[in-house]
Amino acid sequence: MIRPDAKVLLEVKGLCAKVGGVEILKGIDLTVRAGEVHAVMGPNGSGKSTFAKALAGHPSYEVTGGSVAFDGRDLFALAPEERARRGLFLGFQYPVEIPGVSNSAFLRLAYNTMQAARGKDELDPLEFDDFARGKMKLLDMDPGFLDRSVNDGFSGGEKKRNEILQMALLEPRLAILDETDSGLDIDALRVVAGGINHLHGPGDAVVLVTHYQRMLNYIVPDYVHVMGGGRIVRTGGKDLAFELESRGYDWVRAAA
Amino acid sequence: MMSAVVATHPYIEALLKGHEMPRGGISWLDERRAQALERANALTVPTTRDEEWRFTDITPLTKLRFRPARATPQLAISDLSRFLAPEATVHLTFVDGVFAPELSANAGLPYGTVVTSFAAALHTHGAVIEQHLARHAGFEKELFAALNTCHLRDGAFVWVARNRKCPTPVQILFVSTQQETVAYPRILVVAEAGAECTLIEDHAGLGDEAYFSDAVTEVAVGEGACVRHVRVQRDARAAFHIATCAVALAKDARYASHAVTLGARISRHNLNVTQQGEGSEVRMDGLALISGRQLADTHTLMDHACPNGRSRQLHKCIVGGAAHAVFNGKIVVRPGAQLTDSAQESRNLLLSGKAQVDTKPQLEIFADDVKCSHGATVGQLDQEQVFYLRSRGLSPNRARNLLTYAFGAEVIDRIPVPSLIEQLGEMVLARTQVVGDA
Ligand SMILES: Nc1ncnc2c1ncn2[C@@H]1O[C@H](COP(=O)(O)OP(=O)(O)OP(=O)(O)O)[C@@H](O)[C@H]1O
Ligand SMILES: [Mg+2]
Repeated sequence: MIRPDAKVLLEVKGLCAKVGGVEILKGIDLTVRAGEVHAVMGPNGSGKSTFAKALAGHPSYEVTGGSVAFDGRDLFALAPEERARRGLFLGFQYPVEIPGVSNSAFLRLAYNTMQAARGKDELDPLEFDDFARGKMKLLDMDPGFLDRSVNDGFSGGEKKRNEILQMALLEPRLAILDETDSGLDIDALRVVAGGINHLHGPGDAVVLVTHYQRMLNYIVPDYVHVMGGGRIVRTGGKDLAFELESRGYDWVRAAA
Repeated sequence: MMSAVVATHPYIEALLKGHEMPRGGISWLDERRAQALERANALTVPTTRDEEWRFTDITPLTKLRFRPARATPQLAISDLSRFLAPEATVHLTFVDGVFAPELSANAGLPYGTVVTSFAAALHTHGAVIEQHLARHAGFEKELFAALNTCHLRDGAFVWVARNRKCPTPVQILFVSTQQETVAYPRILVVAEAGAECTLIEDHAGLGDEAYFSDAVTEVAVGEGACVRHVRVQRDARAAFHIATCAVALAKDARYASHAVTLGARISRHNLNVTQQGEGSEVRMDGLALISGRQLADTHTLMDHACPNGRSRQLHKCIVGGAAHAVFNGKIVVRPGAQLTDSAQESRNLLLSGKAQVDTKPQLEIFADDVKCSHGATVGQLDQEQVFYLRSRGLSPNRARNLLTYAFGAEVIDRIPVPSLIEQLGEMVLARTQVVGDA
């Protein structure tokens, strides 16, 4: 939902970043206001995940230029965990497996850390279990996933669901979801998209990185951005996604 | 009887000085002690020039002065409650090597299960003890086993009769309290055919004294019997701990070792498991969690001497600070030990740039129809995992602790005593905080 007077949550100006000594992001500009849904599309290797990880603070991504304000603060002055505690959430394209750490312990630790940061009450294991089960229901997720190690041996789709479960528990102000739809079957996509819609409200914003228009049938974007060569080369409304679906990326590149 | 021979090293001489052969008037026992004394006098102190001690320099131990232990300090059971597993309603406590009946509880065991000190057991189970004591842990070539054996005075005896099952875990707690003293912990476990028991062998330091604990444990697992052996070494950080455990397995016996090493400045654990019958099944789990300037050396020997044996070994080290972990895992498959199925894994986590691990599998296979695998890894915490946790709000320290804990959990979670899983888990978490900052 676009409201021109809504609070600016994320203000990216001329962001440049390197990974492994190679400049990948070459000047990204993006403004996200509360209540909005942005879709970021673009060919493989165009820098979408790099952008997402740079925002989340991955140590391998070196910011070489530009600025990012998150909720009015200099994002790069904050450590990754501080960004998370202030409401930035990255749904990973490839969620990390952590054998030996139970999903329930991990989720509870993350949840309680966030609660503490917000000055709210923490939950003990039993209370948390109930709370988490409620959120899992929303995502049609088997409670058995609480007892397993974090993402360990989860199928591709199960990992993505687990990411959205974390989003549901942590209630971020800005969720950057990197290809959450990839790996989800048709039914799961509907359920997960429904979950994201349910979680999204006027006070927060969602940035969806996706390759497919299908996801955007469920979560209707206010803006669609196309990345190419480490920049946003085109921005449009939701119709742009349809156009990309039928025409591919070449015409955007040619026009850029 | 005073030693007639002059020991090979002033250190051994000091240990043997004033050595009075305990006299029980039991001739076979006196004989074994005398043989051990002779070996203790003749054997040399191992140095890093000995292949078996290449990485473990025990010079600091040989420089430790010794004082005779003063009278057993007055301890209350509440001093020990942090070590005792609530499940182990049966436990024996030894303080500075001396049996402390007032800190032990061994009443109420069902018929067919005996948990008691040697002194008591020699009267009732002399024949069993004679058959096994100092018969499995050889002292011919092992100085520290010889030293322990010639000082053999008191120890723990656990016996489970044929087809009986010891209803609760049995904890044998050796607690050391005095600076510059030596203790010779000793355990003999005999599970007769078809018997079953769980042993918790626990070496603990009450404070931060520098002492020496020289332990020997022997476990005889009868035909079709099952022994689970949890071993916790949480000696004082300045202490020295050298231990040998010898396990003999009869046909179709099952033995599981879960050895956790947390304490001591220098520690050495030899675990020698020998199949003496077909079809036995062995699990050997080890976890060393060390930091500062600690050195923890584990040497294991899995001796597949008979066909159809199966062994599974997982040894893990978590090394912080400038600590040094050593693992040498030898697997022997003797001629004729066909259809042996053996797998060994050594996994190591280095938490700092100065931490060090030496790990060495040693396979000696003399049979052709066998399955043997081994693997070793040495690594650091996975930075992608650390970032994933941080991206969910966890501090870097919290993230590292959780991952370190998870690394150790694989070993800890298999310990067959729930309260120990919890207790050790907490200790690992607490220790990794220290390790992480080191
Ligand atoms: N460590 C690295 N060293 C060098 N180049 C890297 C490194 N990591 C990523 N890259 C490159 O950065 C570019 C952008 O990668 P990124 O993952 O951001 O693309 P993407 O748009 O998310 O692609 P996809 O749609 O396939 O997920 C790619 O060309 C990739 O090969
Ligand atoms: Mg990507």
